[in-house]
Amino acid sequence: MQDGLSLAATDFALFGLPQRFAIDLAQLDATWKHLQGAAHPDRFATETAAAQRVAMQWAIRINEAYRRLKDPLARAAYLCSLHGADIEAESNTAMPAAFLMQQMEWRDALSEADTLEAVDALSDAVVASRDATLKSLHAQIDDAAAVDWGAVAATVRGLMFVDKFMSDIAKRIDALS
Amino acid sequence: MALLQISEPGQAPDPHQRRIAVGIDLGTTHSLVAAVRHGVAECLPDDQGRVILPSAVRYLEEGGRQIGHDALAAQGDDVENTIVSAKRFMGRMLADVAGHQRLPYRFVDQPGMVGVHTRDGVKTAVEVSAEILATLRFRAEDTFDDDVYGAVITVPAYFDDAQRQATKDAAKLAGLEVLRLINEPTAAAIAYGLDQGVEGLYAVYDLGGGTFDISLLRLARGVFEVVATGGDSALGGDDYDQRFASALLQRAGLKTLEQLSPRERRRVQTEARRAKEALSDADAATVSFEVDGQAHELEVDRAEFESATAELTATTLRLLKRVLRDAKVAAEDVQGVVMVGGSTRMPVVRDAMATLFGKPPLTNLNPDEVVALGAAIQANALAGNASSGDLLLLDVTPLSLGLETMGGLVERVIERNSTIPTAKAQDFTTFKDGQTAMAVHVVQGERELVSECRSLARFELRGIPPMVAGAARIRVTFQVDADGLLSVSARELGSGVEAAIVVKPSYGLSDEQVAGMLKDGFATAESDMVARSLREAQVDAERMVLATESALAADGDLLGADERAAIAGLLARVRTTAQDAGEPRAIEAAVEALAEGTEGFAAARMNRGIREALAGRNVNDI
Repeated sequence: MQDGLSLAATDFALFGLPQRFAIDLAQLDATWKHLQGAAHPDRFATETAAAQRVAMQWAIRINEAYRRLKDPLARAAYLCSLHGADIEAESNTAMPAAFLMQQMEWRDALSEADTLEAVDALSDAVVASRDATLKSLHAQIDDAAAVDWGAVAATVRGLMFVDKFMSDIAKRIDALS
Repeated sequence: MALLQISEPGQAPDPHQRRIAVGIDLGTTHSLVAAVRHGVAECLPDDQGRVILPSAVRYLEEGGRQIGHDALAAQGDDVENTIVSAKRFMGRMLADVAGHQRLPYRFVDQPGMVGVHTRDGVKTAVEVSAEILATLRFRAEDTFDDDVYGAVITVPAYFDDAQRQATKDAAKLAGLEVLRLINEPTAAAIAYGLDQGVEGLYAVYDLGGGTFDISLLRLARGVFEVVATGGDSALGGDDYDQRFASALLQRAGLKTLEQLSPRERRRVQTEARRAKEALSDADAATVSFEVDGQAHELEVDRAEFESATAELTATTLRLLKRVLRDAKVAAEDVQGVVMVGGSTRMPVVRDAMATLFGKPPLTNLNPDEVVALGAAIQANALAGNASSGDLLLLDVTPLSLGLETMGGLVERVIERNSTIPTAKAQDFTTFKDGQTAMAVHVVQGERELVSECRSLARFELRGIPPMVAGAARIRVTFQVDADGLLSVSARELGSGVEAAIVVKPSYGLSDEQVAGMLKDGFATAESDMVARSLREAQVDAERMVLATESALAADGDLLGADERAAIAGLLARVRTTAQDAGEPRAIEAAVEALAEGTEGFAAARMNRGIREALAGRNVNDI
């Protein structure tokens, strides 16, 4: 039997992409569909049980990689873990004071916002801040001569707080509309 | 459709042996069967030329049944024994069925699934649905004068795990091989997208007799990618009828719907439905019914109907907006909204869509038929009749899946709108010293409290070696397959001792219950269980032999001479066993040996497929 990609290949290798933070989303999307076109269980509906099992494993693996690569935060966290810098989102909650101050301000703003417009405005501000941080991640990872993965992991941890806050905003929008 | 007319030579093992694959829309109020014939999907009519089969089953004296139009015609005289809208009870307990007090049935709140007392015994929605599916299967077999190879059956996108499993059980009872369960709005998008050759972002608004779905799809060259989905599996045209009927009774100063006798209630609701349908074309209509022997006649207009049901329409709009938010798109980004389901004939719904999206909704395909047509196209592709690469469906899970954690809270493992198939693992630990077992409770839904989500399964992982609290690592893995069905496994890592378990949902029927129903000599003609299971095993063996042979023809070069000889030996054994063995177990064992012996070959073939896809060699095929 021939060598080839295995289920244990990295997400980047599986999608034939260079291992970096910046990614061409259109290409990612097209590759996802090509890969699923080859692996999806629907392609094996008339085949043996063995072929169907293999198809299911691969289709699951491809979807997992796609989901992780598509989301910039998950992608950054994945790069950290590939470089041995674990995010430790559960245990490591130390954050810079300025960051914590802003979180508190946002939380106050959310609890005071009682109209859809007010929540929307807050949401826009949070998204803008998140986008700026993601840009800085790009510089930290792809443009640095020597990447400080510990620092990247800290930035990612901060962004996870922001994402959690954004899901709280979404819940409020759900409740108000 | 031009894409699907081309059948590449050499695609099927024998091009003349076209497999009969059908698409079935198993609806709340009516059902249809469709198939691709001469390259075009069409709904199959019964011997009187009708494509629609009312989803109604009447149980007669001495084990007889009436199904479809005949059952519906007799319904008024035999309400208790005529089951309609059974889809509302699929995979449900009595408490889950909203408004069951208004229904004319004698319900039995039994484990697994609610049942209904009939003169032929207690029937569940699975058995009623199986009667309908079997009727459609016979219709297809009469049409083609051949056995049905397999079926794609559609379910509401918002159906949960228990409802999907119940649908699969019904198909099994009806003797149908399920190629795939697909979501109704996705099926509609296939039919619409291929028929109209459109690309871009489309919404499918599917309001049927008893269910509502809204799906947002990205369509591009044969790829149907569901971006987000939402809905309510207990909201449909039936609810519009009930609201309207209640409003009419109130205006006439009569009893409420609940206070009427079953027969009176049925009459008022039928009249309300008739008026609703009339009001889709006319501005006014007349309803007449009797209460307590007194005749009533009311003039109604469209405005009255729309205000009586405004809350329902508003609910569908709210759900639609949530799907847009989930997908992070605005209404302006949507290129068109496809209307599916008979209830989208209501002008109020069409107007609401036109207002929201700023363009008239797409209604050029028959909203009753479009789901079955899409299912038929997918069935044809899955059966290997269409050339590969024509069609790729990437659907999603409608509801989040999670586990109960401390304090009755839900820890989400798989988020809603994840592309299927999907799997995700979550690690847990023990919280007491020496703890050797852990309870796992699987739930489905969007709420944070376990009590507000649907409980799917409970099981216990035993045999954890005693350790100090927090030392054990228990990995719980959720897997959702291409039919949208969940399986959960748990194992203790680290200690080397493995305790794994795979569960099926606690809602729904047990394997024993389904086997019992099969034994009860269900509507399928074959009453002889042994003969039936032998035949099934032989058909399955034949499928596997054909599949292996075509895999060898395509990718045999991946194998060494030894490997090839080993597979040839396994193939020969399946062939002789299928021919000579008089009992299914031996055949199943030979087929399983073939499956195990070809596992490495399957992996190597997949590897080749993936590498080719990455190299872009299949770019033009997709």
